[in-house]
Amino acid sequence: MDRIIVTQSRCKQCGLCVAHCKQEALSFSAVFTEAGYRPVQVDDAKCIKCGICYLVCPDRVFTIIGAPGGKASAKQSASA
Amino acid sequence: MAVSRKVPAIIDRETSFCPGCGHGIVIRLIAECLEELGQDNNVIFPLGVGCSSLLGGGLVTDRLHCPHGRASAVATGMKRCEPDVTIVAYQGDGDAYSIGIAETLNAAYRNENITMIAINNTNFGMTGGQMSWTTMPGQKTTTSPKGRDCAVTGNPIRFPELVASQFDVAYAARGAVTSPKRIATVKKYIKNALAAQVNKEGYSTVEVLSPCPTNWGLDVLGAMKRIEEEIIPYYPLGEFKKREER
Repeated sequence: MDRIIVTQSRCKQCGLCVAHCKQEALSFSAVFTEAGYRPVQVDDAKCIKCGICYLVCPDRVFTIIGAPGGKASAKQSASA
Repeated sequence: MAVSRKVPAIIDRETSFCPGCGHGIVIRLIAECLEELGQDNNVIFPLGVGCSSLLGGGLVTDRLHCPHGRASAVATGMKRCEPDVTIVAYQGDGDAYSIGIAETLNAAYRNENITMIAINNTNFGMTGGQMSWTTMPGQKTTTSPKGRDCAVTGNPIRFPELVASQFDVAYAARGAVTSPKRIATVKKYIKNALAAQVNKEGYSTVEVLSPCPTNWGLDVLGAMKRIEEEIIPYYPLGEFKKREER
């Protein structure tokens, strides 16, 4: 199954990923990081692992791990 | 199946840039291209002074913090001593153009086989947003509080167009990091530039229009909008010198 890993400790709450996520799967956590930011969090039910968040993130927060048979194949090829 | 996307190992650590700064995106693109070209463990970054020097803390590879504006000169020396190592001079607009235009232009003039990536955020970011050679006409900065008066300061420089039209360089392009599509295009430009160096075609440069929300006094999306509406019309995007078949 496809997975998305969010390294919240690196997030600086710039909001680029939230603004560009067409699935509206990203939002800001209510819990602050040590650096004082409210990091991004992902709603796994909405996320299609398209990788747009990875592309726009300046802070290396996201990792997408694709797996055979994952649900993102059609969307991924459409957005490529 | 989703396409796996993982930050390359040579940059897999935190950065110290401001929130929304474009540097982090460009650095990731460079690292991805190096990885795809098999050069990620065969690279040295001569770094400029300014926000570009913060790349040093985010890298797990060889790099040298150069005197202000002199990264292209240092890159020249590195390349001549180690011709098979990929050399990427990473500089800001203030460093590469305002402070170091002599070294930057001379490296291009000699068609040195190096790659120079210039991040153009239209000001000296790290020191508080002073006017640089790329500051837009009328733009207010800490050293042009009434707006840049080009009758006094000269006009903003268009470096890739300059070297593409005047010098015998291998590749010159300009991109922007304002949207996923534009980011993908910048990656294509950077990969072309690095491939040109690996193939020993000569000097390659990519200028990237990048937001500086902190010094522009805008939020991140507002800064991206400013690039699209105000800066790109002055600094057109595209490849000004394409690679030639050799």
